[in-house]
Amino acid sequence: MRLGTLHLDRGGQIFLALLTLTTILVPILNLAVPADSPMHVSTFTVTLLGKYLTYALLAIAVDLVWGYLGILSLGHGAFFALGGYAMGMYLMRQIGDRGVYGNPELPDFMVFLNWQELPWFWHGFDMFWFAALMVMLVPGVLAFVFGWLTFRSRVTGVYLSIITQALTYALMLAFFRNEMGFGGNNGLTDFKDLLGFDLQSDVTRIGLFIASALAVAGGYLACRTIVTSKLGRVTVAIRDAESRTRFIGYRVERFKLWVFTFSAVLAGIAGALYVPQVGIINPGEFSPINSIEIVVWVAIGGRATLYGAVLGALLVNYGKTYLTGVMPDAWLFALGGLFVLVTLFLPYGIAGLLRRKETTA
Amino acid sequence: MPTRCLPSALSALRLCLIAGLTFIVVVPLAQAGPAELEQGVELIQTNDYKAVEQGVALVAASGDPRARDLLAALQDSKLYLRKEDGQLFIGARGEAGYDLVDPLTETAAGTAAKRDLKPIRINNRLRSQLRTAVATLNLTHPDASVRLTAVNEMLDRVDADSLALLRDLAGEEKNAQVREGMTAAIALADLQAEEPARRIEALDQLEGNLHPAVQGGIQRLLSQEQDAEVRATGERLLEAIQFKRDLYGFAETLFFGLSLGSVLVLAAIGLAITFGVMGVINMAHGELIMLGAYTTYIVQQLMPGHIGLALFLAIPAAFVVSGAVGILIERGVIRFLYGRPLETLLATFGISLILQQLVRTLISPQNVPVANPDWMSGSWQINSVLSLTMNRMYIIAFCLIVFTALYLVMRKTQLGLQVRAVSQNRAMARAMGVRSARVDALTFGLGSGIAGVAGVALSQLTNVGPNLGQSYIIDSFMVVVFGGVGNLWGTLVAGMSLGVVNKILEPWAGAVLAKILVLVFIILFIQKRPRGLFPQKGRAAEG
Repeated sequence: MRLGTLHLDRGGQIFLALLTLTTILVPILNLAVPADSPMHVSTFTVTLLGKYLTYALLAIAVDLVWGYLGILSLGHGAFFALGGYAMGMYLMRQIGDRGVYGNPELPDFMVFLNWQELPWFWHGFDMFWFAALMVMLVPGVLAFVFGWLTFRSRVTGVYLSIITQALTYALMLAFFRNEMGFGGNNGLTDFKDLLGFDLQSDVTRIGLFIASALAVAGGYLACRTIVTSKLGRVTVAIRDAESRTRFIGYRVERFKLWVFTFSAVLAGIAGALYVPQVGIINPGEFSPINSIEIVVWVAIGGRATLYGAVLGALLVNYGKTYLTGVMPDAWLFALGGLFVLVTLFLPYGIAGLLRRKETTA
Repeated sequence: MPTRCLPSALSALRLCLIAGLTFIVVVPLAQAGPAELEQGVELIQTNDYKAVEQGVALVAASGDPRARDLLAALQDSKLYLRKEDGQLFIGARGEAGYDLVDPLTETAAGTAAKRDLKPIRINNRLRSQLRTAVATLNLTHPDASVRLTAVNEMLDRVDADSLALLRDLAGEEKNAQVREGMTAAIALADLQAEEPARRIEALDQLEGNLHPAVQGGIQRLLSQEQDAEVRATGERLLEAIQFKRDLYGFAETLFFGLSLGSVLVLAAIGLAITFGVMGVINMAHGELIMLGAYTTYIVQQLMPGHIGLALFLAIPAAFVVSGAVGILIERGVIRFLYGRPLETLLATFGISLILQQLVRTLISPQNVPVANPDWMSGSWQINSVLSLTMNRMYIIAFCLIVFTALYLVMRKTQLGLQVRAVSQNRAMARAMGVRSARVDALTFGLGSGIAGVAGVALSQLTNVGPNLGQSYIIDSFMVVVFGGVGNLWGTLVAGMSLGVVNKILEPWAGAVLAKILVLVFIILFIQKRPRGLFPQKGRAAEG
């Protein structure tokens, strides 16, 4: 089945091959090669790569709904952040009495706010399996409810985009409130360890990097399976002619709903892997501009290719890291310019460029 | 009896102070003169509590027009002795030390450093004496507004002395508002009268007065009242007052809501053209507003000292700047993307990032100060409960003017007709000879220009910085989508109602939660009516 999934998917094959290579090489270069060797990969770089990979998974999730279903979600950052918060809550509980205030039960910010006991929605997050479940369940349920309401009343196109944006904006405002019980403005941070492994150690970092790589590979294969299956054909039909698909007899809302929910779960997993690697989650992750940025990764990489989304996420984020380091002022010019140029001259993104070369050659 | 105080002998004065200060003031008005003032000033200069007390009494009794400023200065601890010559001055903190004014000649007397001045100290006894003296002088002041402020200030702390004074003055008072205040003050004092009939009479006098002191006075009366009839009257009155207060409170909420709504409408109305009529999702709309605000800043910088005039000139300037940038965007980017709304969204978002960074690089990453002209501040006091701030009133008026102008352009001009024709059926409009490309550019320019004009208004209300636009873009889209795309009236109604709903929710939900609730409401509303409050009908709606 796996062969069938990747059949005729040159881009995907190359991407997975490269990903495997990186996942094997990077830990070796980090752990086995001495630090003064030019071949050594620093732990900082490993974490950076791990972060990029979680972005790549997020981009895959967006590409699935935008590229194959025609839903331009400007709120996928919300699902990513929710997954991140679920993981952050687990990590917060793991701190235990090592916080500044030394309260074994309550995270520091609650002690600071003079709360006496844990809010109900924080219960259970001291167990990893529960947190892991919530990482998928919370974004999934939100996407399901939101999608069920929206798709049923046939909100499409730009209206849908704008209300997804409103969704993430409302969540951002809500999470900024101290009363919500998620640390308000500061978010959740100061994590110590994950499943007993110290988050600062090189081995844990490598572990998280490998987990991210596996998640990206898994996410890619799952999405690829979906888009090459019969379900995928229906979603493409919905993207290209929604009314016609409905008139043929497909329950368009249901297809949209399930694919959208699946995509939200993927985004949540990406968020959960992101948080331990960067060490913080705050309401800024919900900000609408983040969600739009994700869409740009996909647009630059190439819609409806999946591997293009990965390519876009990696390239744009590498550019961001590089440019904000070298000349911070130029980053927004570059990003803004990319948006304009790619939409005007590269409607199929970089993947489209590669593919065109292939066919002309 | 007060005439006994007239002799200026100190012993007599002391007696008189014990009798009660206000009595001195009322009667001697006619006879007293500059001599008393000078004598009083002399006593104040001794800076000895007892002597100052006598001096204050003399000054208050002098009836001299200079007396009020002098005593008020002493009350605010602004009266100083110059150390070198021991002369008395009113001092106000200025740029170089203290600006001195001679209280007798009322002329400026140069400046002095703080260390060269010795303040006239006052104690609690003096303070209360001064309060009464200044209040009395204020109540007899020739200017009605001074009298009104004075009477409102003393409303709930009328003692026996000031009561007699008020009774004397109320009969002669010409100004209706001041007289009403005096009557209320007297009636409030009468609430303590022995006979129930007089208390009821006093209550009747207070009917319809919304001053908080009146409410407090009646509540205090009810807490210890025995007489059933007085109780009933008082309760009825209190209920009526509460009702009116609620009513005015609601009116105030409504006013706040409408002013917030006006801001929303102003921010969204340009979008109603570009998004609503043309169907272009312009994520750079917020930045066009920001450009308008920055234009205001630059115009003000170009003509310092003419803040108000600069503001008026900024309106056309902002229209031109934002409009030109808008046309540039349309010609350079958007025209290649018609029919691909999602791509337009991305490209214009890129433009918004570029514009933000441009402002950061060229002007400043920090907020810039935009001055408000004097006539923007202040408020219109309708009664003691309701006051409408001027800047909110201007914003509502400005919003309505902009809306009307835009509406007329869309309905009555050739351009408006062509815009509507192109938006309804591009091919047919072209067949009829409409140059659709030119119309597109002009329409986009119009919507962008209006965004710039909105920026001028917003520069008066919020901080002007590179992020100004971002904070309005989502709200703007919400308003347009809620109102129904392609409908200017929808935008107006949607903006105003969202503003009012927001302000009604705010008191019990808090500002942030109110905003969240409104967003959730819109999300749910779109489910029910995907095309907004006032959907476009006919074929145009199906595109």
